[in-house]
Amino acid sequence: MTATESPVAARERRGPGAPKKEPKLPVGERWKRRGPLLPALLLVIVLTQLPFAATVYYSFQDRNLLRPDEAGFAGFANYGAVLGDAQFRGAVFNTVFLTATVVLLSMILGIALAVLLDQKFLGRSIVRTLLITPFLAMPAAAALIWKHAMLNPVYGVLNWALSPFGVDRVDWVSEHPMFSLVLMLVWQWTPFMMLIVLAGLQSQNPELLEAARIDGAGPGAIFVRITFPQLRRFIELAVLLGSIFIVQTFDPIYLITQGGPGQATTNLPYFIYQRTFRAFEVGEAAAAGVVVVAGTIVIAMFALRVFASMFREEAR
Amino acid sequence: MLTESDTTSPPGTAAAPVRRRGAAYAWRRRLHSTWVALLAWAAALVFFFPVAWMFVSGFKREADASTDPPAFVFTPTLDQFEAILGRDFTPFLLNSLMASIGSTILVIVLATPAAYALSLAPVGRWRDSLFFFISTRFMPPAAIILPLYIIANNVGVLDNATMLSLVYTAMNLPIAVWMIRSFLLEVPTAVLEAAKVDGAGFFTEVRKIILPMIAPGLAATALICFIFAWNEFFFAVSLTSTRAATVPVFLTGFITSEGLFLARLSAAATMAAFPVILAGWIAQKWLVRGLTLGAVK
Repeated sequence: MTATESPVAARERRGPGAPKKEPKLPVGERWKRRGPLLPALLLVIVLTQLPFAATVYYSFQDRNLLRPDEAGFAGFANYGAVLGDAQFRGAVFNTVFLTATVVLLSMILGIALAVLLDQKFLGRSIVRTLLITPFLAMPAAAALIWKHAMLNPVYGVLNWALSPFGVDRVDWVSEHPMFSLVLMLVWQWTPFMMLIVLAGLQSQNPELLEAARIDGAGPGAIFVRITFPQLRRFIELAVLLGSIFIVQTFDPIYLITQGGPGQATTNLPYFIYQRTFRAFEVGEAAAAGVVVVAGTIVIAMFALRVFASMFREEAR
Repeated sequence: MLTESDTTSPPGTAAAPVRRRGAAYAWRRRLHSTWVALLAWAAALVFFFPVAWMFVSGFKREADASTDPPAFVFTPTLDQFEAILGRDFTPFLLNSLMASIGSTILVIVLATPAAYALSLAPVGRWRDSLFFFISTRFMPPAAIILPLYIIANNVGVLDNATMLSLVYTAMNLPIAVWMIRSFLLEVPTAVLEAAKVDGAGFFTEVRKIILPMIAPGLAATALICFIFAWNEFFFAVSLTSTRAATVPVFLTGFITSEGLFLARLSAAATMAAFPVILAGWIAQKWLVRGLTLGAVK
């Protein structure tokens, strides 16, 4: 790497086969380059990393916001209390169940819709626009509309739509709270999955597909042998990102079921919210927060690996 | 082996059956695309229905909104919108505008130089910084809400729109950095080289070449950050109460149903959701890039 090479050229040479070493720049130049990065980096660290460090600290403290003078070191007592708490274990189960169900169902629907949208038909761009709207609609507004206009037992649209099939006046939110949440979240997240899968479908090389067709491959064979392997990366990315965001689901639980009836639909974010702002149990809420992050890190590791693989491809 | 050699025809004859299938094949394709269109339109209407219903119900009188079966024909009225605007909706709207527009401007101002330092004039270990940004986006808000609340309370910025827009800035920065970086990488190297040869200084290069070329990308990034900030509920409901509460917090007044209120809820939800739905429709070409933090174009 010579001194006259521009940074841009150096960047483009960096790929799997390129030399790993960065160009050695003089100290002054290095700081000049860091300058533009620092404000953004600093703000993100101050508002996300430092608070998390504080959460870890609080998780070892015995502290209640209502009794600020009695704070003290608690060791692992908060973790013990939280892990021994049936409500917490219920929240973990609900989080996993909700996330897995919503990701799976919205991915299946998302793939089906993406395959439809990948073909030419009348009004395709309007259909696409209509289909992405659930993801754009403010989740808080959508949750309330679902609760009161769609799922209401008396004048809800869902019961009306199901009445020809002999379904009689179901009170969805109180009788099937988890189902109500899954329904609303699948509606909300299907467009997300669909858009990513569609991007994957449209990144296929049309000449390759045409060649396969001329060689006599049927649509089924083309999907299994060519499309799906190429889509896999996109599906992985959508599943991982979707999981990370759906684990954080809060709005519909707060607005539709309030975690109930009882604790039936309390997930981890809602559990932490209640422990923090209803019970003011700082230590236990913090310990629960650390547990959520630990779980998220596991998913995020896989997500980052997918990002890194897309990244290598882009650098090539 | 045997069956395989039976079914594979020699190269010379392969074209013939394809051509013979021509007319029937075209007809089958047309039928196929009719089915595709029908299915896709049906799915689109089902998915769009709740939003359309929200919009329509906002123009109903309460008596028309809560009927069994649902009323599709009614006399439209603007009463509900007037009632919502009369019910102190405006402060929430202003707070939302301030938090989302303020944070969006700050995000673009901070993310553009950062993205530059991670692409065109890369810092050392730029890859680590990029992945650091993305991993902060994975931080569950529930895990940091308590310290944010305590710190904001101690500093005296609880229930403060500026505080909220700072939090939204941190929330959207990773997305913006990754997105803007992907746009910067699309600036042709030759153009930058040419500018250098012509003796353009750093600021001329940025102002005359880079910014005009990535302007559409910046607009798309801004729209997507605006969408996420406008729709955000968890931080808003935790960190604000009376003075800085945003539109989603206003909607919490509709959690429990007391009497007839569906038309009014629909009007409020419409006003809350429509700015962002429009922004999303405008930005839909870039939406997937924003959703995947620039990984998918």
